[in-house]
Amino acid sequence: MFQDITLGQYFPGQSIIHRLDPRTKIFAVFALLIMIFSAATSTEYFFLTALIFFFVLLSKIQMSAVVRSLRPLKWLIAFTFVIHLFSHEGAELFRLGVLTATVDGLRAGLLISLRLMLMIVASSLLTFTTAPLKLTDATEKLLTPLKAVGVPAHELAMMMTIALRFIPTLFEEADKIIKAQKIRGLDIERGNFVKRLKMMVPILVPLFLSAFRRADDLAMAMEARCYRGGEGRTHMKSLEITRLDRLAIAAIALIAGAFVMIRMLSV
Amino acid sequence: MIEVKNVSYRYDDRAALDGIDLTIDDGEFVAIIGANGSGKSTLAKNLNGLLLPTEGRVLVDGIDTRDDVWSVRARVGMVFQNPDNQIVGAVVEDDVAFGPENLGVEPLEIRRRVDEALSTVGMLEYRGAAPHKLSGGQKQRVAIAGVLAMRTKCIVFDEATAMLDPRGRSEVLSTIEDLHRRGLTIVMITHHMDEAARASRVIVMDGGRIVKLGSAREIFSDVRWLKKIGLEVPAAAELGARLRLKNILSADDLIARLKR
Repeated sequence: MFQDITLGQYFPGQSIIHRLDPRTKIFAVFALLIMIFSAATSTEYFFLTALIFFFVLLSKIQMSAVVRSLRPLKWLIAFTFVIHLFSHEGAELFRLGVLTATVDGLRAGLLISLRLMLMIVASSLLTFTTAPLKLTDATEKLLTPLKAVGVPAHELAMMMTIALRFIPTLFEEADKIIKAQKIRGLDIERGNFVKRLKMMVPILVPLFLSAFRRADDLAMAMEARCYRGGEGRTHMKSLEITRLDRLAIAAIALIAGAFVMIRMLSV
Repeated sequence: MIEVKNVSYRYDDRAALDGIDLTIDDGEFVAIIGANGSGKSTLAKNLNGLLLPTEGRVLVDGIDTRDDVWSVRARVGMVFQNPDNQIVGAVVEDDVAFGPENLGVEPLEIRRRVDEALSTVGMLEYRGAAPHKLSGGQKQRVAIAGVLAMRTKCIVFDEATAMLDPRGRSEVLSTIEDLHRRGLTIVMITHHMDEAARASRVIVMDGGRIVKLGSAREIFSDVRWLKKIGLEVPAAAELGARLRLKNILSADDLIARLKR
């Protein structure tokens, strides 16, 4: 039941977007988010939609995957739309009891929903095209300047790596423990919420005990392989900013700059 | 290569090691056997400074484990019992790179070492795989590659086959024998007598002491004594002893003798 669980969903590939350094992509996503937040007119929204659609095409990620990424937030989007639909003044569209839907409300609702969707798609593109381990490396690199103020950049990245490594192992183990407890007569599918919560105890206790034992073993194995923190460590796969990255950064910075400028002037 | 000088080790008030003296030469293949609680695992962890002796000294290439534990660990690597709990990387090749990365080796050189180590243990085609998808034997071979990439001179196997199925065991054992042929010093902790029989020297431990030391044939000639200190004897050796035949180590030995 836990066989193919993954953290974030990564679709391996060789597209231009895949080949970019994760740091470039993180920068680009930030730039896109700023633009999405500052957009107000339909023209601007149209431009951003076209831009993100273009990035999706570049990434060669299947449209169905992109649409699926919106699914977890579909209720939030629908809710936002309905709220906006009924909360604006102006020409009446239709009436629902005491609530009045307006043309302005419809317009605002559509744009806000679009804004939410664009934000989700833009950030999904990052996890779709970047291996989790590369994201971890990028996090470490980006946080390194903050070491001076006490942010443990290397340790955070190492924790993320170990978590990524052990999540499937622990899921397998949970699966085994559930089966073992079921054989002993544990019924985790019946009863009310509180009862079912109590049933989790005989599953979680062995799982935690085993996790601590694993942590102990792993710490010893890491020490045996000369691990002594981030100091003096090298990386086999070092991240590299290539010409492609510089090009992408320049392009996205220009677009974002121009966009925000036009926005300011038109106010 | 490794000198153990009058080493004792105490957990709280219980002595796990009691006056061990032992020298392991370059390129040797030594097996350490003993029942549970005989101190064999404690001895293994003293060899690369994971534990430091309460009394006495352990010298690796003349370096005291108490003085410079990192230089010692760069010379003596270790493979542990549980295949799952010693793999750090979320991808096979990243895990193999972990050791050399800690040693501060140049990225290009790490790449070279990783590929070489993985092909030595026959796991090169799995370099992009996720560790949890591998079999127990394959995981142990990845762990061995992780030590090889550090270019240690000696590898200590602390019951590295204990949790494997028969197929995984034979994979790992043949890898170990191959490494020995390539000139690495091998120390193998085990309670499987048939595994110990592959070593050129066998050390028997009981109650924190070395009670017998010699070639596999010498050790296994005294079947009754081995059973008395709580060790399991290979079936062929046991049958041989009952038939009052000497020097029987394996089924092949037994068949050859019986044919005569």
